[in-house]
Amino acid sequence: MDKNVLLDVVNLKQHFRINRKTTIKAVNGVSFQIFEGEIFSVVGESGSGKTTLGRSIIRIYDANDGEVTFLDQKISGKLDVKHRTFLHKNMQMIFQDPMASLNPRKKVLDTVAFGLDVLNESGSDEERKQRVSEALESVGLFPEHMSRYPHMFSGGQRQRIGIARALIMKPKFIIADEIISALDVSIQAQVIQLMKKIQKEQNLTIMFIAHDLSMVRYISDRVAVMHLGHIVEMGSVDDVFNHPIHPYTKSLLSAIPQPDPRSERTRQRVFYQKENLDYSACEMMQVSRGHSVLADTELLKQWENNDYKQYLVDKSN
Amino acid sequence: MSEYTSDQFKRMNIDDLAMEETSMQAPPRFFKDAFTRFKKNKGGLIGLVAIGMILLLAVIGPMLGEHTYNVIVKEHIDLPARIPWFEGFGLFDGSVQGYNPYVNRGLTDVYYWFGTDNLGRDLWARVWMGTRISFFVAIVAVAIDVVIGITYGLVSGYFGGKVDMVMQRVVEVISGIPNLVVVILLMLVLKPGLTSIILALMITGWISMSRVVRSQVLKIKEMEYVLAAKTLGATSFIIIFKEVLPNIVGQIIVMTMFSIPSAIFYESFLAFIGLGLQPPTASLGVLISRGYQAMLTYPHMVLFPVIVLSILMLSFNLVADGLRDAFDPKMKGF
Amino acid sequence: MEPILKVEHLQLSFELSQGKNHVLRDISFELYPQETLAIVGESGSVKSVTIKALLGLIDENGVIESGSCLFRYKSNETVDLLQSSDQYLQRNIRGNKIAVIFQDPMTSLDPTMTIGKQIMESMLDHKKVADKKEAKEKTLNLLKLVGIDRPDERFKHYPHQLSGGMRQRIVIAIALACEPDILIADEPTTALDVTIQAQILELIKDIQKKTGVAIIFITHDLGVVANIADRVAVMYAGKIVEVGTSDEIYYDPRHPYTWGLLSSIPSLDKKDEDIVAIAGTPPDLTHPPKGDAFAYRSGVALAIDLIEHPPFFEVSKTHKVASWLLHPMAPQVAMPDILLRRLNKEEVHEVKHG
Repeated sequence: MDKNVLLDVVNLKQHFRINRKTTIKAVNGVSFQIFEGEIFSVVGESGSGKTTLGRSIIRIYDANDGEVTFLDQKISGKLDVKHRTFLHKNMQMIFQDPMASLNPRKKVLDTVAFGLDVLNESGSDEERKQRVSEALESVGLFPEHMSRYPHMFSGGQRQRIGIARALIMKPKFIIADEIISALDVSIQAQVIQLMKKIQKEQNLTIMFIAHDLSMVRYISDRVAVMHLGHIVEMGSVDDVFNHPIHPYTKSLLSAIPQPDPRSERTRQRVFYQKENLDYSACEMMQVSRGHSVLADTELLKQWENNDYKQYLVDKSN
Repeated sequence: MSEYTSDQFKRMNIDDLAMEETSMQAPPRFFKDAFTRFKKNKGGLIGLVAIGMILLLAVIGPMLGEHTYNVIVKEHIDLPARIPWFEGFGLFDGSVQGYNPYVNRGLTDVYYWFGTDNLGRDLWARVWMGTRISFFVAIVAVAIDVVIGITYGLVSGYFGGKVDMVMQRVVEVISGIPNLVVVILLMLVLKPGLTSIILALMITGWISMSRVVRSQVLKIKEMEYVLAAKTLGATSFIIIFKEVLPNIVGQIIVMTMFSIPSAIFYESFLAFIGLGLQPPTASLGVLISRGYQAMLTYPHMVLFPVIVLSILMLSFNLVADGLRDAFDPKMKGF
Repeated sequence: MEPILKVEHLQLSFELSQGKNHVLRDISFELYPQETLAIVGESGSVKSVTIKALLGLIDENGVIESGSCLFRYKSNETVDLLQSSDQYLQRNIRGNKIAVIFQDPMTSLDPTMTIGKQIMESMLDHKKVADKKEAKEKTLNLLKLVGIDRPDERFKHYPHQLSGGMRQRIVIAIALACEPDILIADEPTTALDVTIQAQILELIKDIQKKTGVAIIFITHDLGVVANIADRVAVMYAGKIVEVGTSDEIYYDPRHPYTWGLLSSIPSLDKKDEDIVAIAGTPPDLTHPPKGDAFAYRSGVALAIDLIEHPPFFEVSKTHKVASWLLHPMAPQVAMPDILLRRLNKEEVHEVKHG
């Protein structure tokens, strides 16, 4: 059952220098592996660094430190043309904002075919249209749609166009950066099911970035929880959802609203107190096979004994 | 409630195809949409019509009158306006301040629609020749704006960082030098004339366009469709021209429209203070400059070129205003 | 009990260059004193437009075709807000008797004014206090009520010095400044992190207990209002399609769209991990469909759905559903399996009706 490692991230750091005095450490030493064919979710709230992480991997930003290996090729640091093309062909990204992710002045045909055009692989006009047609159909849209402009589509449909744009490149790995956050719950379900279907059909590996845990459970194999530039907990879906150790993970789980009034009314929520924790003094410690937590030996012992004094409170201040 | 048949409550199989709807209407595309909005803007339409008429007169005007623009006729100096049909109503009958030089000099069959200047040249023809120059300057201004201004703004805005910093400092230095100083310096080197004006515009006229373009680029370059293009491997060149530029075309058109009246005025102003074109070339500024000197005795010499210049500038501004509103709709769909 | 707000047959459309967009085709609902009514439906402005219509804030190209909105401002006196002048609404209603909280805390606050001043502004404008001193006192109390720590310090802060969650609390404080009868919250937590969302929802519930204000909570997510809604109205394609008490909607939903909404939300129960998405997209309201607008997406369409829009059928005195499936002559259609499984899981006592 030894799965291949598709993506290996070691100690990735991405800092942004705002001015002489302030540097924002958006991603502050993050390490993880993603295996072939799995859906790996990265969950965090605003400021956690999850979007920056995705963008650093795909080289929209250039990381300050750390190493990223993709399909056994190093893709961090200086890249020559060969490696860049390799990256663009095999790794794709889908974006969050359906209103901003499509060029309003381009027809859907041109938007979806863009990646092929850049690599000069679109072939003749007919071939190009054919490939776009297939891509659109694979996301549940119709070939007629290719001659239309983005503003004629709903948010959910635009997201699907964005997915088609990525899929037409036949990538091995897709980073889905909060692709459902800007959609209604009922449309989120549509897009999520589409991603699940595509992943199965094409044996894709997906890094799914999200800001809350509810949909993540349904779609992921493994989950990493991020907070303030660090991964605080990582493991299988079962580990993270049923046996969460880190107090932040517990607070995230506690915050998810459920469509069940009776249980909601009696539910006891917990809130995270970060002030007493210093992430830089912690490291990733193993809880069980495949399940690790950002802690030190004492904290780990404490938390495993279900003692969360100082770190979780049941009333927000 | 009771007049329903059980047939009506049968289950239906809805064709799957019916489900994937997009907006049924094809909402008009960017330019058509803007064009429709522009048509509703009265000011813009009036301006457009006025520009059209003046353009027409600039082209055929000098050929309509009986006289040419640069022939000096000693006997016809300082003649006020005299237009055939109007003089029957006491307007434009060739009289000024009580006396009528046409009558005094026995010029019964001589008509000058806009009168003559101090050398007896036909002002009607000169005014329209001058307008041709104004249009020419307008075209040059637009060309400079587009070629230099847009490119500069695109590069500076898109690449950011050190490139942007250097380019903006250069712009600041250039804009810090007063335009007149630039023109005077050019005058020292070159002869006064159209070339020096064009050069002056080339040095300074594109700056506001580049600033507007740069600010638009800064806004757009963070949009996700630009990031998407990057992840698909597009080079900066492709991104700038295929992703960014089409989205700022509206702003560019508006800015271009606005830069025309300032260029026209610039030329006229330079002529007025004696730095630009010189007589016998007939630019509106030259005419105004000359006419201004005789304003109290022969108002017609300054009046006609001033009116034409004013209408021309006002019209371009109205059109630019209309375009700006047309490209930037405030009304939303809901 | 008499409702404090009664909207009847509200129809609103917008004039666009390509035609008329009939965003509200027939909206009727009631709000009772001290209750929280959730209005649930697809996102976008359609739900917000209802609120703007009530307060006279719609854009110029909006036309109220018909309908009324009666606001009971005294125990036996009502006024139709749709017929009221802008002056009346500005002076008496907006911010005063009816207050609104919008979605984005970043843009709801004036960046150039201290938050203390922004809260006091409303009180002073509507002459709810005698002088600035009283206003300041009330403001500090409000800050405490909405859970802001160190209110004396925060009073002098500017919006940019606060986090998103805190800003939303300030927005709530401003809304409460004049002790309104009705508070309208338009997707107030959509732009917030999920942990902050939980806090703000708790806060809103708390405030209702303490002040007795009636709340209309607009959202696209049924999960979010499960805790705080007393009654829920479900909106689709410009019409209310189902309305009932919280228990009735969550445990005995009858309209296929409500089923769809509930099925789209993943459950955290480990044994039940499925979700079912609603296929298709909402209709274009510049060409509103005849008949039941949801039928072609529901998978349970009847012939009559394509011809005539269903009236409301009563399941109980408090539970009404606009679906032909409830007509006596309609075939029996059960709710989707996924919901049956989820609802059977909880040991549900009989759903309380009425």
